Amino acid sequence: MEADVEPCRAANGKVLVVDDDAALAEMLTIVLRQEGFEPVVCNSGDRALETLHEHRPDVVLLDLMLPGMDGLDVCKAIRAESGVPIVMLTAKNDTIDIVLGLESGADDYVVKPFKPKELVARIRARVRKPSDDLMEVITIGELTIDVAGHTVKRGEEPISLTPLEFDLLSCLARKPWQVFTRDVLLEQVWGYHHSADTRLVNVHVQRLRSKIEHDPENPEVVITVRGIGYKAGAR
Amino acid sequence: MATRALATALPIGLRTRVLRVLGSPWRLARYAWVRSLQARVVMGTLVLCAVVTALVGVMLMRQVADGLVESKRNQAIAQAEAGFADAQQQLDASVVTDANSRSQVLDQLIKSLGSGGGSPRGYDIVAYGPLGPVGSGLGAPGVYSSGPVADSSVPADLRAQVESQPGTYWTYTTLSDAEGASQPAVVAGSRLRLASTGEAYSLYYLSSLADQEHTLSLVRRALLSAGLALMVLVAAVAWLVTRQVVTPVRLARRIAERLAAGRLEERMQVRGEDDLARLAQSFNQMAASLQRQIGQLEELSRVQRRFASDVSHELRTPLTTVRMAADVLHDGRGRFEPATARSAELLQVELDRFETLLTDLLEISRFDAGAAQLTAEDVDLASLARRVVAAYCGFAERAGVRVEVVAPGRSCLVEADVRRVERIVRNLVANAIDYSRSPLVQVTVASGPDAVALTVRDWGVGLHREESSLVFNRFWRADPARARTSGGTGLGLAIALEDAALHGGWLQAWGEPGRGAQFRLTLPRRVGGKLGRSPLPLVPAGGAPLEAGQRVQRRDVAAVDS
Repeated sequence: MEADVEPCRAANGKVLVVDDDAALAEMLTIVLRQEGFEPVVCNSGDRALETLHEHRPDVVLLDLMLPGMDGLDVCKAIRAESGVPIVMLTAKNDTIDIVLGLESGADDYVVKPFKPKELVARIRARVRKPSDDLMEVITIGELTIDVAGHTVKRGEEPISLTPLEFDLLSCLARKPWQVFTRDVLLEQVWGYHHSADTRLVNVHVQRLRSKIEHDPENPEVVITVRGIGYKAGAR
Repeated sequence: MATRALATALPIGLRTRVLRVLGSPWRLARYAWVRSLQARVVMGTLVLCAVVTALVGVMLMRQVADGLVESKRNQAIAQAEAGFADAQQQLDASVVTDANSRSQVLDQLIKSLGSGGGSPRGYDIVAYGPLGPVGSGLGAPGVYSSGPVADSSVPADLRAQVESQPGTYWTYTTLSDAEGASQPAVVAGSRLRLASTGEAYSLYYLSSLADQEHTLSLVRRALLSAGLALMVLVAAVAWLVTRQVVTPVRLARRIAERLAAGRLEERMQVRGEDDLARLAQSFNQMAASLQRQIGQLEELSRVQRRFASDVSHELRTPLTTVRMAADVLHDGRGRFEPATARSAELLQVELDRFETLLTDLLEISRFDAGAAQLTAEDVDLASLARRVVAAYCGFAERAGVRVEVVAPGRSCLVEADVRRVERIVRNLVANAIDYSRSPLVQVTVASGPDAVALTVRDWGVGLHREESSLVFNRFWRADPARARTSGGTGLGLAIALEDAALHGGWLQAWGEPGRGAQFRLTLPRRVGGKLGRSPLPLVPAGGAPLEAGQRVQRRDVAAVDS
């Protein structure tokens, strides 16, 4: 296994670890390197952005409790200029903390203490490349989704979505009118194989709606099916 | 009627309430009496004042009447006595020889007496006796009267007294005239004797007391109106005075109500240094002290919550590092010598336990601090149960337990925090698999009109009656010696109970030794909804030991075969 590590590195991608705890950051480096990623460590929130510019990572692993700039603010700052997948590390499992983190732009979260495999699975799910190489274009309502080009347009006007939001939208749009439960979405979009936190789905659906719907309060593209989940459809 | 008039002047909402409370004037008075100190004081003062005024009035009236009548009576009697003496003198001086001269004498006498009445005449004269032609004036023979005086005006017993003995006698009477109009009067009478013939006459002076009565009625009216005015005045004074006391008391009540409603910064206004000001001062001191203590408690609770959160963060970060290090060691244990490899395994397993315990402790401390929050959404309890059971499939298989889900075909929607409900169900199912030693565990879901319920039934060792409430205690174990396989912390059911309570739901246990146990979770359909009845019974109908091959009747079974 060790022999495979070197050539795999570039393939698995670069991970920016933003964490103030030196021991944890080092441990994360060890584990990520073992799993074939290329870790870059940043110890404070203030320098997170410049490190991001410098290294252009595939995934950001962000601790929410940071000295200097607060983790949530770092998250917002990164999201403001880049769609890079963000997985947050949080010590709190309270709904308010999780939802705040997700609303600040995190794609996924891992609650401390986590198992290394769990973390690696989260990171893998975020950096996996879309497997479809067919030139697929989906139209739903006024939206045109170019799956291969990773772009969404309303009419001629392009809409900027993060990779996760794009995955979520194209997952729903590929089978319009089919109802997806939150569990199915968690598996297909986030890569969870066992049921996990449905708050992930709720928050990201809200974020997606705020970008693609005319009126996010009365959604027309991503519709809630009460008690079950969501479906795509333009009324 | 008065109540209705009052009520129509009020706004509609209040009107119905007022009409309901104050159905009748009696109830209105009762309501005011019970509710208002001011009304009670005013009413009490009025009643006392009325009694005193009535007593004083009656006494005054009596004295005035006595005074007025006495002087008139004395005057009348003196007049009468003078008249009698005069008449007797005239009779004595006259010489009567025959009936003709007698008649002449009498005529003269009567005329002189009658003309003495003055104008208007102060009195009337009535004479009885053998009067001859003079006596025919009133119709009855032998009776003379100077005015229109009815015969009944002179009482019979006075006549009898006068006619039997000499002297002047008097009494009160009612002076009636021919038309029947009557007025109070005093009558004095005496016997006259015609010396020459020896004939006896009785002569009566009737003096009207109408003037006195008129005066008295004037006085009475004046007293009555004075009394009424006094009562109104006293009521007004009482109202004003009590208002001075009651207004600050009412103010204090309003402020106390506001304090009770949580507006701790409310204070009373202190004016002057009287008793009421001191009351306000003490009240404000009490409020300030309450505010301080509540503030301290809130601060304490905040510190506690903050502490739980800090402990969470501070412990979790190093634990994560340890956890990851242990994992790396565990993955590489194949290359260690046996003792080191086993140590790595133990480290891994115990870290799992440590982690669960930490999570549970933090959860409990969050409940204790009142920091637990509910994130409610629509949850299908049936699919949730299936999901949990599916997750425990492998564990059940290792323990040799069959787990079944019995649920209606339709979904059992409930507004709940899916994370918490899932945790409750996980706990119940894990406990049933772990502790019951039952070959079968059955999870039943049902929904009612305003509640949904889930039961977890096993046919294992069961619970003693007193144990069914103890199971929810922290760190409680039915049998401390019993081996545990799932690594429970002893906090699971305590947390589950708190989770259920947070939803406004119930979590209950039933059990009988040797007949198994059942845990029932009941949740209101809507968060904050009232729970009346659970759709599932707590004590199962067939609370009998499970026999081999027995199948419980079911509609839709998602079985997890062992």
